[in-house]
Amino acid sequence: MIVPIDLALLTLIVIIALVAITVKDLLSAIMLLSAYSFLMAMVWVEMHSVDVGFTEAAVGAGATTAFLIAALARTVRWEKG
Amino acid sequence: MRGEKRIYERDVIIETISRLLIPFIQLFALYVIIHGAGGPGGGFQGGVIFASSFVLYLVVFGLAAAGKRFPEGANTALMSTGVYLYAGVGLLCILVTLGAAEYLNYGYIPLTHMFEENRALGMDLVEIGIGITVMAVITEIFFNLVWKKEEEGGKEE
Repeated sequence: MIVPIDLALLTLIVIIALVAITVKDLLSAIMLLSAYSFLMAMVWVEMHSVDVGFTEAAVGAGATTAFLIAALARTVRWEKG
Repeated sequence: MRGEKRIYERDVIIETISRLLIPFIQLFALYVIIHGAGGPGGGFQGGVIFASSFVLYLVVFGLAAAGKRFPEGANTALMSTGVYLYAGVGLLCILVTLGAAEYLNYGYIPLTHMFEENRALGMDLVEIGIGITVMAVITEIFFNLVWKKEEEGGKEE
C-alpha cells in the first residue's frame, strides 16, 4: 500500500462519483461511472486484491458500461428538471 | 435474425482493428479461465471477457452479422450446458465413490492416478462450466437489449 497513490485515487473517485450524480447528460454519467469503475479496479489492485480488481475491471468497466449504453439507447439522453 | 439494414456507416479502420483484436480477446479469456485455479481470474471473469468479445463484434458489425456468428439457439443451449457441466462434475464425485465423497470433492474423480491432479482437473472442468454459462448469459442480455431496439425500426436521435 502506497499512501499518496491511494489518497490521489480515492479523491479522484469521490470527485467522479459526485459529478456522475449531478450531471444532466446521462451518456456522460455512464462514461463517468465507467471511469469510476476503472479507478476502483486500480484501488483494488493497489491494495493487493488482484482478483477483485480483475472482476471490477471486466464487469464494472467493460460489461456494465455496454449494458447501460444499450439501455440508454431505449430512452432519452437528457435528464429532465 | 432481424434487422438486415444497418443503421450506421461501415468504417474500415474499426472493422479491421476489431477483426484483429477479437481472437486475442477470446484467447485471453480462455487463458483467464484455465489460469483461474492458480492465480487471479476464474470462470466468471473469463466468461465476462469472452462475452465482451461478442459485444465488440455486435457493436462493430451489427446485429445481423453477430446473430449469424452467435445464433440464439446455440446461446440457449450453452446457457444450460455450463450449469449441467458444473452440476455433473459435482454429482460425479458422489456417484463414483457411491456416496463416500461430498458434492464437488473433485479429488475422488478417477481421471488420473493422482489425487491432486484429479482435483486440479475437476477444478478446471467446473471453471469451464461457469465460464460457458456466464458468457452465454451476458451475451444474451446484450443481444436482447440491442435486438428490441432494432426491431422497433432502429430510430436514432
